[in-house]
Amino acid sequence: MAHLVLDKLSKAFGNQQAVSELDLTVAKGEFVSLLGPSGCGKTTTLQMIAGFVEPTSGAVTLDGADLLAKPPSKRGLGIVFQSYALFPHMTVAENVGFGLEMRGLGRAERDSRITEALTLVGLASFGERYPRRMSGGQQQRVALARALVIRPPVLLLDEPLSNLDAKLREGMQAELRAIQRTTGTTTILVTHDQSEAMALSDRIVVMNQGRIEQIAAPEQAYASPASAFVAGFLGKTNRLDGECTDQRISVAGAAFAAPAGTASGPVTVSVRPERIAFGPASPAAIPGRVATRVFQGAHWLFEIETAQGAVSVIRQNTGEGVPGEGDNVHLHAASQDLLVTERRP
Amino acid sequence: MSKRGELGRNGPLALAFNGLFLAFMLAPILVVCVVAFTPEGYLSLPRRGLSLRWFRAILDYPEFITAFRDSVWLGALSSTIAIGFAVPAALAIARYRFAGRETLLSLMMSPLMIPHVVLGIAFLRFFTQIGLTGNFFGLVIGHVIIVTPFALRLVLAASTGMDQRIEHAAASLGAEPFTVFRRVTLPLILPGVVSGWVLAFITSFDEVSMTVFIASPATNTLPVRLFLYIQDNIDPLVCSISTVLIVLMAVLMVVLDRVYGLDRLFVGTGKG
Amino acid sequence: MKRRRAATLVPYFLSAPALLLFLAVMIVPLIMTALLSFYDWGQYKGIVPEFTLKNWREMIADDYFLEVYVRTLRISLLVTLFSALIGVPEAYILNRMSPRWRPLCLLIVLGPLLISVVARTLGWALLLGSTGFLNQALVSLGLLSEPVGFMFTETGVVIALTHVLAPFMLLAVWAALQRLDGKVEQAAFSLGASQFSVIRKVVLPQIIPGILSGSVIVFALAASAFATPAIIGGRRLKVASTLAYDEFLNTLNWPLGAAVAVLLLVALVAIIVGCNRLIERRFAQVFE
Ligand SMILES: Nc1ncnc2c1ncn2[C@@H]1O[C@H](COP(=O)(O)OP(=O)(O)O)[C@@H](O)[C@H]1O
Ligand SMILES: [Mg+2]
Repeated sequence: MAHLVLDKLSKAFGNQQAVSELDLTVAKGEFVSLLGPSGCGKTTTLQMIAGFVEPTSGAVTLDGADLLAKPPSKRGLGIVFQSYALFPHMTVAENVGFGLEMRGLGRAERDSRITEALTLVGLASFGERYPRRMSGGQQQRVALARALVIRPPVLLLDEPLSNLDAKLREGMQAELRAIQRTTGTTTILVTHDQSEAMALSDRIVVMNQGRIEQIAAPEQAYASPASAFVAGFLGKTNRLDGECTDQRISVAGAAFAAPAGTASGPVTVSVRPERIAFGPASPAAIPGRVATRVFQGAHWLFEIETAQGAVSVIRQNTGEGVPGEGDNVHLHAASQDLLVTERRP
Repeated sequence: MSKRGELGRNGPLALAFNGLFLAFMLAPILVVCVVAFTPEGYLSLPRRGLSLRWFRAILDYPEFITAFRDSVWLGALSSTIAIGFAVPAALAIARYRFAGRETLLSLMMSPLMIPHVVLGIAFLRFFTQIGLTGNFFGLVIGHVIIVTPFALRLVLAASTGMDQRIEHAAASLGAEPFTVFRRVTLPLILPGVVSGWVLAFITSFDEVSMTVFIASPATNTLPVRLFLYIQDNIDPLVCSISTVLIVLMAVLMVVLDRVYGLDRLFVGTGKG
Repeated sequence: MKRRRAATLVPYFLSAPALLLFLAVMIVPLIMTALLSFYDWGQYKGIVPEFTLKNWREMIADDYFLEVYVRTLRISLLVTLFSALIGVPEAYILNRMSPRWRPLCLLIVLGPLLISVVARTLGWALLLGSTGFLNQALVSLGLLSEPVGFMFTETGVVIALTHVLAPFMLLAVWAALQRLDGKVEQAAFSLGASQFSVIRKVVLPQIIPGILSGSVIVFALAASAFATPAIIGGRRLKVASTLAYDEFLNTLNWPLGAAVAVLLLVALVAIIVGCNRLIERRFAQVFE
């Protein structure tokens, strides 16, 4: 059910390609995150949807209607900025009521919708305050209420939580998710924080240098990343340099069958720390020595010295004995947990 | 180690220098104000007590009263028009990168660099050619040019300092460009606009070097009248008129200092 | 994509009014004045719009004009020098002043900028005249045996102009001092440097760009000053701007007056642009 569609959306600033041929289809009520490192073109993409940056080429449609043909004021989208961008000269109620006023709503209906929106974000009694007399978290909620009160078909959030401290951020994430579920508003969140994207979204769009690396549900992107970049960006991963010859991969003293279709040549083998197990010596296991072992309550954290450098390993604390520092170990991993990608030498 | 204690504090020599400097800045202004209260009929310090006779004397010179009124009108009108030109230009310069942006900025700031006498001559020639001499309208045009840099600089500083995303937020909520300007942009740059207007007004109100060329007996400003009068003779009357001017400016100055801060106000300006 | 084109035109719509205004009523008159300086003029025939180099030749050949320009230059240089000599230390002292007194001092120092130049110059006329208060005070204190007239002298003009323009020097240096990191000064002190050598070796090199740009401003304003030299200098001690005024409103030889004005403008712009280039090139690293 296509709701919002980005079709080959591109933007160049001078000769710098900020966003390249972005294709994305968002369903109604879906929560999608644009995730990527700073400067990868997330904000530019959002601004093109909102209408503050003119695309160099491509199209954006909402329910089949061309969105690019309309000025920002006619698109009716809700937007929340990292800097909140509240109107400092208006009270909270006036801030929230601004969009309703622009739509020509009467005072009575305006007031009831303002109250409703402020209640939704838990600020019912703050209507008469001025934004500068509120905390960052409160200001962020006002910004959210202001964007939601106009009942936008799509809510655009640009790093909405990154100005908050870690503790507040977690609380706000849960709240944001709850509010989105309640209102059912299609939401696009821009963030460089992978845990935030994974906690909130139905689907994640991982971006790098203006291009999409992968679009998938969080757990899917985490379990089977489409590229070494995605693997590295979503959570911790070990990257080992290896060689592929005759459909066999040799890496750090171990050798195993290559996935079908792997070309001969240098490769990178990525594997998550929690997917590595200790086991008996075998040709398919990487030999190593425990350099450090850190107890973290629910799990153990190991640094293993191998022929290819340090490898992190995470083991659940099951109460069984684990190797100690200085012990020789052999690292095993299931073939579906290995990501093999070609490496340019 | 003993040096640490002295750090950041001014020694007696520095304080004495400061005292002399302040005295130097205040002396001519105070002398004018003091002489204005003389009870004598000639220039002198008021040794026999203070008198207001020279302030009352101003009323006997209607040409000074009308010149004062004209100056106020001229200042108010030219500052308002200058702000009208400066605000859109400042928004363009602050918000957009476009061909000719630097040129526009230099052009609008250039009256600070061009000697006012040269501008006065240019305006005189221009107005004579187009038949606008001895006309209040001509004075207004000339003053608009001279005060625009002051208006522009303060409005520009306010516009550059404003977060553009606030305007974007308003637009996304359905506000048309002009509504965004009226409801969001203007209120937020208002301190810069007001300070720019006041500074422009003061500049216009004090201007002599350019105005002296295009003023006529029918339409004249107070400083020009004062200047022409002083060229012929100096008496306590010009002191009392100057005192009125000084007090007026002092009031405006305190207001500006409160609203904007005097040191921020002047950085990069010039007049004399 | 009609909208796209319209959007890129917005800055031009916004700046068009100001651009047109300045072109129509500033650039056009300036060009007309430049042209005027090449017109002929006679006592009885008035202005004759025929191209001639007469005015420029007269200005260059006549020693009187040379004298006026040299005087203008001398006065401007002296005013710049004295403004620096008093403005720079005062900026440094103000910057170190306790926050309790600084606002008041700043108000006294910068306030006069808002007060009419005529009123300020009038004050100097009262102080400097041969029966003026400065003379009376000096004579009664026995420092002078007989009054000395400063009115109608270059000394008087330099004193009054320094008063008018020193605040600009102070502002430029003040801005440079604000950018200065107090920690560096502290570090120098902690290394055992004396107050004097800290100022000479640490503070001064960093504020020299400020002093230079302040000097350019003060010089330009001194060279174009009109009211102060007209009142203190009187009818005989002419500078370039008062000379142009005279040609225009007393002699009524507009073409010659235009030539005087155009030369003043061209010389000034050349000096300012040249100095700014020099400062920027020499101190590029300090400005970054
Ligand atoms: N107005 C602009 N002019 C020139 N380059 C820009 C502009 N806005 C963004 N960019 C460039 O485009 C790239 C993407 O920027 P942005 O979308 O803000 O990244 P993100 O939000 O992912 O951090 C960056 O390299 C940035 O420098
Ligand atoms: Mg961004």
